[in-house]
Amino acid sequence: MSLVLRETALAFRRAPLLSALSVTTVAFSLFVFGLFGLVAVNIRRTIGNVAERVEVVAYLKRGTDIETVTLAAQDIEAFPEVLRVVHVTEEDALARARHDLVEFKDIFQDLESNPLPASLDVRLKPEFRDAVHAAAVADRLRAYPFIDDVRFGQDWVEKLDRLRNIAGAVGAVVGAAFALVAIIIIGTTIRMAVLQRSQEIAIMRLVGATDGFIRRPFLLEGLLKGLLGGLGAVGLCYGAYALIDAYLLRASFFTVAQALIGIGAGGLLGLVGSSASVGRHLRNV
Amino acid sequence: MIKFTSVTRDYPKTGAALKDVSFHIPKGEFAFLTGHSGAGKSTALKLMYLADRPTSGDVRVSGFATARMSQREIPRLRRRLGIVFQDFQLLAERTAEENVAFALEVTGARRATIGPRVMRVLTQVGLASKAGQYPRELSGGEQQRVAIARALVNDPLVLLADEPTGNLDERATRGIVQLLKDINASGTAVVMATHDLDIVRTVKGHLIELQQGAVAYDSADDAAQPESAAP
Repeated sequence: MSLVLRETALAFRRAPLLSALSVTTVAFSLFVFGLFGLVAVNIRRTIGNVAERVEVVAYLKRGTDIETVTLAAQDIEAFPEVLRVVHVTEEDALARARHDLVEFKDIFQDLESNPLPASLDVRLKPEFRDAVHAAAVADRLRAYPFIDDVRFGQDWVEKLDRLRNIAGAVGAVVGAAFALVAIIIIGTTIRMAVLQRSQEIAIMRLVGATDGFIRRPFLLEGLLKGLLGGLGAVGLCYGAYALIDAYLLRASFFTVAQALIGIGAGGLLGLVGSSASVGRHLRNV
Repeated sequence: MIKFTSVTRDYPKTGAALKDVSFHIPKGEFAFLTGHSGAGKSTALKLMYLADRPTSGDVRVSGFATARMSQREIPRLRRRLGIVFQDFQLLAERTAEENVAFALEVTGARRATIGPRVMRVLTQVGLASKAGQYPRELSGGEQQRVAIARALVNDPLVLLADEPTGNLDERATRGIVQLLKDINASGTAVVMATHDLDIVRTVKGHLIELQQGAVAYDSADDAAQPESAAP
């Protein structure tokens, strides 16, 4: 093992320029992928924020007694899709309307009786905030005899679904393309490093080194270059994010876990790339 | 030790490099493969260290039947051979000592044993005082001595040398040939490919002359006797 470490260190020391170049190449190709990742993360977060407003509102018939409503609310809260249920009384509804719809303040002031119905506002768990689940919950709510009407903005929830699907599909295709480009560039870079040492590989073979022995320092080198490149890419992405956040629009950055996955992916790419390059070289000579 | 039986090596583009070649080099012998450029000397050596395989025929090297050897077994054979080239094939960014040690390291030799073994062979080739120098700081003859030390460090059964003096002046050539003779005297077989008949005359050894890929003369075999290479 110590020999592998020594050989790897030697490779970095002997060709510092080429090593720096390959780390930089890995960093920049992962940076492009990372930028795309940042866009994806932010789109997803924005959609998530919008989706938070997906709510099923069940309007209650006038005169429904509070006990029935409370029991029903508990019942509904036990639905697997439901996060929580808020009982909005007629008075609460009016107060909310006065607060939210300031332009109609006068109308609400002059009312003799409250025209707004009481309701149960049903919030869904994040994974169920789509048209299909909202409709299913709505159907079940309609079965309660004291419920007059159920609304969940079917139209815009469906639009949201569509947006989510498009974002997911585009994300997968563009992400795969960027990843492929990164793999090709990194593979080529590592192949250069292998070719640069082809004489050394030939000599190693002549003195009886096994292919496994020859491969190990290259794999470690690839892994290290990939990890360093990944680290560089995360740094570059952070720089880009900081600039965008400061001057263009409020954005969010990767979580620590996502950043670590990015660095790990760099390492894995380096490992796979060097394994493929060395393997091909060893087969061909 | 090394036995070629009806060996033919055909290349699709350039044709046959060896045609129905048979010879036997016994253990401990000093053998020459001679002939003009393109006669098949290097091809014969490559078949011995398995850088190439015969199209037909059988090549046996120190008990290994090379035709049936898998790619994974080749390193095991090469560790029992020492190989020396005309262009030395040293690693430029390693010192003489490191170049020799490298051949031991790749075989997984224990670290504590490497230093003394390297110094022993460097002393044997007369380069102990230049162990710390890089190939570029050494003369051609000295570089070839490092290459020979590297070939010897694994205590090979046979040393294969492909035109080892091809890049050297007369004095350095004499030194290398003497070194190879000394190595042979200590029990290691030497197979040397060369087109330099002056060298052949200075060594009493087994002579195999190749012409256009075929054996034209084998001193072990009294049947044939070419005019050009009579000892």
